[in-house]
Amino acid sequence: MSLDSPKEPAIELVGIDKKFGTVHANKNINLTVAKGSIHGIIGENGAGKSTLMSILYGFYQADHGEIRISGKPVTIRDSQAAIAVGIGMVHQHFMLVENFTVLENVMLGAEGGQLLAKGVASARKELKRLEDDYGLEVDPDGIIEELPVGSQQRVEILKALYRGADILILDEPTGVLTPPEADHLFKVLRVLRDQGKTIILITHKLREIMAITDTVSVMRRGEMVATRKTAETTVEELAELMVGRRVLLHVEKGAANPGAVLMSVRNLTVKDSRGVTMVDDVSFDVRAGEIVGIAGVAGNGQSELLEAIAGIRKPSSGEIFIDGKPVAGVDPAGLRDLGLAHIPEDRHHMGLVLKFEEYENSILGYHRDPRYGRGPFLDLDAMRKDAEEKIAKYDIRPPNPRLRTANFSGGNQQKIVVAREIERDPKMLIIGQPTRGVDIGAIEFIHKRIIEMRDAGKAVLLVSVELDEIRSLSDRILVMFAGKIVGEKSGEAGEQTLGLMMAGIAA
Amino acid sequence: MDYFDIFISILGSAVRLSIPLLFTALAGLFSERAGIFDIGLEGKMLASAFAAACVAYWTGNAWFGLLGGIGVSIVFSFVHGFASITNRGNQIVSGVALNFVAAGLTIVLGQAWFRQGGRTGQVPPEGRFSSIVLPGADMMRDVPIIGPLYANVISGNNILTYIAFLMVPISWWVLYRTRFGLRLRAVGENPGAVDTAGISVAWMRYRSLIVAGFLCGFAGTYLSIAQSAAFINNMSAGKGYIALAALIFAKWKPVPVMLACLLFGFLDAFANFMQGKSMPLIGEVPVQIFQALPYILTCVLLAGFIGTARPPKAGGVPYTKER
Repeated sequence: MSLDSPKEPAIELVGIDKKFGTVHANKNINLTVAKGSIHGIIGENGAGKSTLMSILYGFYQADHGEIRISGKPVTIRDSQAAIAVGIGMVHQHFMLVENFTVLENVMLGAEGGQLLAKGVASARKELKRLEDDYGLEVDPDGIIEELPVGSQQRVEILKALYRGADILILDEPTGVLTPPEADHLFKVLRVLRDQGKTIILITHKLREIMAITDTVSVMRRGEMVATRKTAETTVEELAELMVGRRVLLHVEKGAANPGAVLMSVRNLTVKDSRGVTMVDDVSFDVRAGEIVGIAGVAGNGQSELLEAIAGIRKPSSGEIFIDGKPVAGVDPAGLRDLGLAHIPEDRHHMGLVLKFEEYENSILGYHRDPRYGRGPFLDLDAMRKDAEEKIAKYDIRPPNPRLRTANFSGGNQQKIVVAREIERDPKMLIIGQPTRGVDIGAIEFIHKRIIEMRDAGKAVLLVSVELDEIRSLSDRILVMFAGKIVGEKSGEAGEQTLGLMMAGIAA
Repeated sequence: MDYFDIFISILGSAVRLSIPLLFTALAGLFSERAGIFDIGLEGKMLASAFAAACVAYWTGNAWFGLLGGIGVSIVFSFVHGFASITNRGNQIVSGVALNFVAAGLTIVLGQAWFRQGGRTGQVPPEGRFSSIVLPGADMMRDVPIIGPLYANVISGNNILTYIAFLMVPISWWVLYRTRFGLRLRAVGENPGAVDTAGISVAWMRYRSLIVAGFLCGFAGTYLSIAQSAAFINNMSAGKGYIALAALIFAKWKPVPVMLACLLFGFLDAFANFMQGKSMPLIGEVPVQIFQALPYILTCVLLAGFIGTARPPKAGGVPYTKER
């Protein structure tokens, strides 16, 4: 792993090894990150990226190995020690106190004395300086929960810089951002790099790696498999390194052949538990043989829309028709009987009971089907046989229907849900985040199944926060912003156009 | 007696009845703002009432009694902390368990030591906190309106009453103006933010429980050696729960906590006054109606009729580092 770099290294990891019980999360990792560079680390879920960064930030101790910062060996026992050697971390789920002000969040842990009054003044001044130096503008007196997600992330970055971080680790920073917000973040990161900060970017989005990093390292199954200069590699090569085999990055699909309208939504309004309107007067149709994608940044009402159609959440007004029949008040089981299958957004909360064995989950919600038993009794043999067939067809690993669902990887758990819903041969399929937390190999597989459903004449409604996924699967794209559908585009619409619509700027 | 005198006398009794609520609710404020539900306040109050009565009886010194009350209350806090912070147990279960321990242990020990059916011996006058007559109280008595208010409500209370009201601004100042308070509030909202800032979540929560134990010790002491002269079986009689209700009613904020405790104290005093009296038109109102009012008000609040009560976000959740 010798890259001839003119700059001195900011971080060197030598022989880092970490085991959690039987799981070998990091195997003899060596990594050198040059000072003043943006270094990407990519890998599938469970490849060990997060563990490695947690070791660097003092959340875990490595079993073996050495960490050197600017050439000096250091021991990082906790976050305090990481901060002391100049490492700052921007977590994927922001570590912010939501009802505190920006200033209070920045000061937390670095208050500068027992009493707050003294620290507040100097913190305010320092924030102003950081804002001027790096273009990180936020209102120091703003309450976190009232700020847009992009600003919240800037607060996370400010927190690290306020503590004097020279090395910034960003964990999947763009997952929650709109494309314009992500562009803004990248601009900030470039400024930081040009001012001499070292940045480590952890992501699974290949395009981001290509767009912003100087160097990229690929992890697979706990090992560091390659390090490349970004300018000298390609997306295809990186994907292959990540997965360990060639993968198709683009879904191949023919033209759609839409038929009759199977599902329509008219003037649907849905409120959340606090009474806030999340879906605001939304109307659209989904036809047989087409995939309609709903694009939008998380939290703009897509989840509530999906839940309303699936019969989980009661709309406050408006109507939903399936096959022309109004289905208001029909429960999820009734909707299933009408031919509606639902792959929920969050498999852990809604799709699966993690403590159940695989075969139990593979019929969850269809337990009244006479194939799986009579009256109050379940026919376990029939269920297991059925599960084994799905396991074979969907290549679910390990192929053991008696294994607890929690012990499957994210991709395989998702396949269990997908198999359960698709194998019922529904007329309509509504899918939320089909590939969230799923590795590339399984993404390719799930995408193919979705296209097959469309080609078999099913109506498919797809909600995803991954714009790439929406663009590559959908025949029509609806963009949601603040609970409304702000526009419709064809499946070929450009990322720029959609991005602006998702941010509520253009329609 | 005219109505004003009646009002003054109810008010005076309201203040006295609200003091244990106030100490306990402030104790709950510190632990719940740090993310530890403290249903064991009732038990802590009872145990510290017993401890204060015992120590005061043996030493004949009220201040030693107070120290004993505080000490035992803090020990209970540590048990709660050990179960729910160190071992990540369920905070409600741990708190309820402490209530049972306090209810049982005080009777068993009381019977073993004093043989009076669970009562402690009568605490001598010097072992109690007695009323302090503020300067000029007698002179002021005849001034209309202000006079009786000063003489009968503000003056004539014991030192713990004044400490209780002093604790309100102090609590506010600690929570909102010190590093400790900032970190304490943060740990009750998002312990992850505190942990990643390099601060120990467990130690922060232990410290908040120590403060809670300290304040709750005052409440118990007040019950047994300020308001009365001995410990009596189950003398906390649900005040810990009313204090929790006051805390929720006050939306976990210090000054509203004081107002809620005064309101609940007033309702209690009013209930006592109304006992056996008939109201015009309605007739005699059962005293239970007034006693139930704090809970009814709290339910109404929780149902969202009086604004929304937003509890600390991380309340009740043991902190585990994510993998």
